[in-house]
Amino acid sequence: MKTKMPESHKGFLWAGVLSVLTILLVAANLLAGSVDIPAAEVWRILFGQPAGNDAWTFIVWESRLPLCMTALLCGAALASSGLMLQTSFSNPLADPSILGISSGASLGVALVMLAGGGTVAAGAFSFSGFFAAVSGALAGALLVMGIILGLSAMIRSNVMLLIAGIMIGYVVSSAISLLNFFATAEGVHSYMIWGMGNFGGVSLAQLPWFAGMAVAGLLLSVSLVKPLNALLLGERYAENLGVNVRRVRGLLLLATGWLTAVVTAFCGPVAFIGLAVPHVARLLLGTSNHNSLLPVTMLCGAAVALLCNLICLLPGEWGMIPLNAVTPVLGAPVIVYVIVRQRRIKYFN
Amino acid sequence: MEMRVVLEGKQLATGYRKGKRTAVVHRSLDFILRVGELVCLLGGNGAGKSTLLRTLAGVQPALGGGLELQGRPLASYSVRERSTAIGLVLTERVQAGGLTVFELAALGRQPYTGYFGRLTRQDRERVRQALEAVGMAEKATSYVAELSDGERQKVMIAKALVQESPLILLDEPTAFLDVTSRIEVMALLHRLAGEEGKAILMSTHDVEQALALADDLWLMRPDGAMLCGATEDLVLSGGLDGLFGTSPVDFDRMRGSYSARNGQLRPVRLMATDDVLHHWAQNALMRQGYYGVADSSDVTLPLLAIESPQNLTWTCGGEPHRFHSFAELSAALRIFLE
Repeated sequence: MKTKMPESHKGFLWAGVLSVLTILLVAANLLAGSVDIPAAEVWRILFGQPAGNDAWTFIVWESRLPLCMTALLCGAALASSGLMLQTSFSNPLADPSILGISSGASLGVALVMLAGGGTVAAGAFSFSGFFAAVSGALAGALLVMGIILGLSAMIRSNVMLLIAGIMIGYVVSSAISLLNFFATAEGVHSYMIWGMGNFGGVSLAQLPWFAGMAVAGLLLSVSLVKPLNALLLGERYAENLGVNVRRVRGLLLLATGWLTAVVTAFCGPVAFIGLAVPHVARLLLGTSNHNSLLPVTMLCGAAVALLCNLICLLPGEWGMIPLNAVTPVLGAPVIVYVIVRQRRIKYFN
Repeated sequence: MEMRVVLEGKQLATGYRKGKRTAVVHRSLDFILRVGELVCLLGGNGAGKSTLLRTLAGVQPALGGGLELQGRPLASYSVRERSTAIGLVLTERVQAGGLTVFELAALGRQPYTGYFGRLTRQDRERVRQALEAVGMAEKATSYVAELSDGERQKVMIAKALVQESPLILLDEPTAFLDVTSRIEVMALLHRLAGEEGKAILMSTHDVEQALALADDLWLMRPDGAMLCGATEDLVLSGGLDGLFGTSPVDFDRMRGSYSARNGQLRPVRLMATDDVLHHWAQNALMRQGYYGVADSSDVTLPLLAIESPQNLTWTCGGEPHRFHSFAELSAALRIFLE
C-alpha cells in the first residue's frame, strides 16, 4: 500500500524545493561569466557598496543582473504559455514554437528589424525600436494564434492540428527568408544573432519594462487557473461548469501570445522550454491540477532557463554558446522520455 | 400525487441555424420531465437525440416553441445559472488521467467556488457524499487514469451530482461500456433519481436496460414524432414497433427486445415444464424460423415437448424425434427447414 501525500502539500514541497534551486541558480549565474569576480565582491556590488573594481560594478549591474532576471522571467513565461497551450488544445505536444507562434512573433520582429535595415539591432534597441519590435512580435504571435484557433474548430484531430501548426511555421519562415534576402547585410546579421536566442538582449534600462510586461502576462495566466482546470474535461464539460468558453479561449490566446511575443522580441525564438517544462512539472507533482501545476511550472521554467543560461556561459572568456544550441539538448530527451513512457504516465490516460 | 415538474417542452422545434438557413430536426416536441424520474430517450442514429439533448442543455438555441426549466424559459438562463440547473454527462472518455477521482468530481463545484476554485469544508463534504452515492468513495485518492471506463462514468455522474442541479442530462453515457458496467451505471442512475430527487434524462441505444429501468420512455420515431409515456404503456401500444425505421429488425413485444427479422415464422405447438425452459425453447425456435404457441388446438402443427434441457421431443405427423440437447434440436430443425 503506497501512501499518498495530498496534492496541495506536494505542491508546496516542490514549490519550496524549486524556489531554493532557483535562488542557487541565480547566485551561480551572477558569479559566472567571462570575467572572474569574487563572490564577496558580487555580493557587495549588489548591496550598493563600493567594489574593488569599477568595471566589476558595471559588469554585475549592466550585464549579469539583467541577464539573470531575464532568464528567470523568460523561463517562467515560456513554460506557462506552453502549459496553457497544452491544456487548451488538450495536446501534450503543443508549445509556442511547435504551433508556429514563435515563428509568427519572429516574423513581426524580422519585419521591424530588417525593414529598419539594421538600425534596430538586437540588444541595442532604442526605445522606439524596442517597442516596435515588441508590438511586431505581439501582432505576429496573435495572428498565428488566431489562425491556429480557427483551424482547431475545423480540425478535430490533435496530431493534425500540430501538423497544421508546423506548416504555418514553415510558411512564416519562408516569409522571413524572403525578408532576409532583401535586407541589408547588417540587418541580416543582427537578425541571425537574435535568432540564435540570447537572454542577454535586455539592458538594465529596459529591464523594468521587460519585467513589467512579463509579469503582467504571468498574472493573466494565473488568473485563468480555474477555467484551465475545467478545460481538462473538454469544452462541452467546461461550458456546463459555467465557463464562458469563448471568453476564456480569447484570454488564453492573449496570455500565451503576449508571453511568447515578449520573450521572442527580446531573446529570440527560444525552443523547447515551453514544450518540456510543463511535462517535468507534471511528472514532479503527479497532477494536472493547475492550482499547483501552474506555479510549479513557472518556477521550474525559471530554474531550467537559468540552468541553460549557465551552460551558455561555460566557455568563459571565449564567449557564450547560443541559447538555442542548449535548450534542445535539455528539452528533447524529456519529450522522448514522455512519449516512450506515455502508457505509464497518468496524465496521458 | 403530482411530482414537481423540472423540464417542460411545448411544441418545441429543434435544429440548426446557420446564417439565414435553418435545418429543422423536429418541428413540434411535447414532453414533461419530473423530479425523481429516470427517462430514457431512444431512437435510431440520426433521429435527433443529440440535437434535442444539446437544445435542452442550452448549448444550442431552440428554433421555436416553449422550453421551460423550473418554470422559467431556458433561454433566459445565463451560462452561470445553467451550470447549477443542469448537470451534463457525455459519451466520450475524459482525458483527465492526471487528476484524482476526488479532484475530478470536485470540478463539479466550480459554479459555487471562488476565483481560484478553492474548496470549502462544505464543498469537500458534498464531493465526498457524491462519491459515496456513486460507490466510488474508496477510490477517492486514485488517479482517474487507473479507472475503468465504467468507473470514469460513475465519477462523471458524481461530478453532475456535485453541481446540485435538479436536472441531469446524459448523452449516451454507456455507449462505450461493457455489459456489466452498462447495467451498473443504469441501475445507479435509477437509484439516484429516487434517492437524490433528480430528474434524469439519458439517451441510449441499450433498449433492454431502458425497458427494465426507465420510468418513462421518450421514443424518437423515424417519422419525426416523439412518443412519451410509461415504458409498459408504450410497449403494449406498439410504440416500439418500427422505432428504427424499416430496417429488417423487429421489436418482440413478448421479450422486450429487438431482433433480426427471420422471414415468415412457422407456428409450432410448444409445451415446456417451466417458464425458463419455455423462454429458451422459444429462443431456439425463433432462431430457426419457428414460433412456439402455447395452447393451440390445431393438431396439424408440429409439437415440441420439453421435459428438461436433456429431454426434448419433436413430433410432426409420424414418429416422435427425441433429442438430448438444444444443440441436437437446432441441428435437426435446420435440416427440417430445407
